[in-house]
Amino acid sequence: MILSIRQVVKKYSDHLALDHIDLEIPRAKIFGLLGPNGAGKTSLIRIINQITAPDSGQIIFDGEPLSPKHVDHIGYLPEERGLYKKMKVGEQLLYLAQLKGMSKSEAISKLKDWFIRLDIKDWWNKPVDDLSKGMQQKTQFIATVVHEPKLLILDEPFSGFDPINANMLKDEILAIKERGTTILFSTHRMETVEELCDEIALINHSRVVLAGEKTEVQNRYKQNIFKIRYLGDLPADLKGMEVLSVNGQSATLKMDVSIRSNKAISEIISHVDLLEFQEIIPSFNDIFIQVVKETNAYE
Amino acid sequence: MHMNKILLIIQREYITRVLKKSFWISSLLAPVLITAIYAIPIWLAMKDKEVKRVEILDSSGLWKKSDLVDKELEFVFTSGKEQELKMAFASKGFDAFVSIPEDVLANPKGVHIYSAKNIGMSLKQSVEKLIQNKVRQELLLKAGISSQIYESTQVDIDSKTITVSTDGKETSSSSGGAMILAGIMGFVLYITLLLYGSQVMNGVIEEKSSRIIEVIISSVKPYQLLLGKIIGVGLVGLTQFLLWIVLTIGLTQITGKFYGEKVKNNLAQIQKIDSEKQSDVISKVDEESPMSEVSKVLESTNIPMIIAAFLFYFFVGYMLYSSLFAAIGSAVESATEAQQFTFIVMVPIILSFLMAQYTIQDPDSNIAFWASMIPFTSPINMMVRLPYGVPGWELILSMTLLVLGFLGCSWVSARIYRVGILMYGKKVTWKELGKWLFYRG
Repeated sequence: MILSIRQVVKKYSDHLALDHIDLEIPRAKIFGLLGPNGAGKTSLIRIINQITAPDSGQIIFDGEPLSPKHVDHIGYLPEERGLYKKMKVGEQLLYLAQLKGMSKSEAISKLKDWFIRLDIKDWWNKPVDDLSKGMQQKTQFIATVVHEPKLLILDEPFSGFDPINANMLKDEILAIKERGTTILFSTHRMETVEELCDEIALINHSRVVLAGEKTEVQNRYKQNIFKIRYLGDLPADLKGMEVLSVNGQSATLKMDVSIRSNKAISEIISHVDLLEFQEIIPSFNDIFIQVVKETNAYE
Repeated sequence: MHMNKILLIIQREYITRVLKKSFWISSLLAPVLITAIYAIPIWLAMKDKEVKRVEILDSSGLWKKSDLVDKELEFVFTSGKEQELKMAFASKGFDAFVSIPEDVLANPKGVHIYSAKNIGMSLKQSVEKLIQNKVRQELLLKAGISSQIYESTQVDIDSKTITVSTDGKETSSSSGGAMILAGIMGFVLYITLLLYGSQVMNGVIEEKSSRIIEVIISSVKPYQLLLGKIIGVGLVGLTQFLLWIVLTIGLTQITGKFYGEKVKNNLAQIQKIDSEKQSDVISKVDEESPMSEVSKVLESTNIPMIIAAFLFYFFVGYMLYSSLFAAIGSAVESATEAQQFTFIVMVPIILSFLMAQYTIQDPDSNIAFWASMIPFTSPINMMVRLPYGVPGWELILSMTLLVLGFLGCSWVSARIYRVGILMYGKKVTWKELGKWLFYRG
């Protein structure tokens, strides 16, 4: 584990932002931190970045209790992000890299690599004021990763990115993961969660309401619903399953918990010519909405 | 390693500001203005004065050529009728025509000065003085007082003030010069406290409104950022002082040299007109220039001590005020929103400047004493008092109180700052600021 969060509590004067949060974030994985607005994601991220301190609880980073020396091993891209407008791109990145503990020469050589990699070689002396929004986002991303952190925290990294830059960012995130960096990903865009994350945790009302490995979580929420395509007439009563809907030569079936798919298939092929048989995996969007609704109902 | 990060912040704050055009404009403009303020009056005084020609009709016959000697006026006696002469003098090339009535001793108001244009005050005064002296002399003579006795009563009182130190060393001092020095230092402190304090505030607002703040404080602690910013901007201030001092001295030296020549030439001219009064004029020119007054003070005061105290009061006073400015900057999201809070920090600065007007008049009064002790008003008021001489214990007490005041203010400011920089979309009130003081972590 790169990061273990144990029983972390954070109170603000008017509300409880984090209520005994426990999370284990494994090394070299992309970990999705999900939750509606105001659930406590940003509070938790700020605690990991040591911008604020928890009221109680413990955080273990790379085997040691989290302490100020660790800020150099964490990279953070906040949701609301900006740059010094009057500074030049190169100077600014050099400054930010040095603030993360890099030496000047090291920072220059790494930055040059990034400038080549993202194809922005001629930006070094441009003032930030002259950059388009997409260019500024690239600059901010470099600032977040140039010191090669062990843990990269990205808060809604895709917001405001055009599709081309979003793809570039996705590729870079995956490449960084390949190099052994752990990525903590805070978002409420479920399609990116499905695409990128290995593990997720869902926070609602200051508590972790769902956590686990991505496919395991999906399995937990699957409802034994299958989609079939076939030739022939499908009878309304199939043994061990219920026909939810029929649409021409395809249908949606819900199986009894006891029936196994092999048995179901043999039941179906005894009536029709089966062309396709596919389990419907619940989308994270559905899981998200379902879990948030359930936990809201408890409140 | 933490020191390194603060140094990096100081460096950035310093370099970005020193590279700005506005920094160099103000660094160059101020010495030019100061030099101009000092040089223009001299220039006007030294400007080759035109000798005005005055035609004079002395019906009383009391005036002789030797009574009418003035370096700016040339008198030509004439005779004729006043009615005609007053129409004709301008066409004869005279600037003015003076008519003295026969009964001038009994009727001194009967003197008339005619001129084509409005005559200047100085011409009027010079003529009046010459006539008045003679009239007075004649009246005294009539009353039985000889002109010798009259001459001997014309004494000029121009006292020399001398500072006596406890070891008996005497140095000539000048209260006028002390006033100038005190005024300059008080004014410079007043301007720079406001100027650099609000620069810190604007820097904080810039970081907050551009949203870079969260990235920065994920690398350094808020107090490190605050400290680095305040020190960096403070060093910009010191650099500017240094430039001001060096450039002002340089420029005044150059203009001084230039005028030095002119003064000599001018004196030679005066010598021709009025050889008797020559030495008087030279000493007048030397003694009356404000720079010589200041240099007299510079001789009688401990310059290294004044400079050290000035730097101390600037830096600590600036740190105190700028930490408060920073707290305000952190609580708001734009400069306009900041205005409702800045008055509370500006009021003590403006108040100390107003108090300094009293301190400069009476540097040992009770008001002056307290103004130079209270941390908020002490930087300006103590610097105003110093050229007049201040007991050592008062200086040490004032400095100690200022440092304590700074520590108190920076504690309050740091606590508001660390909460404020992350607070968006909230209308901040005084009550809210008070609450932030007691937030944990």
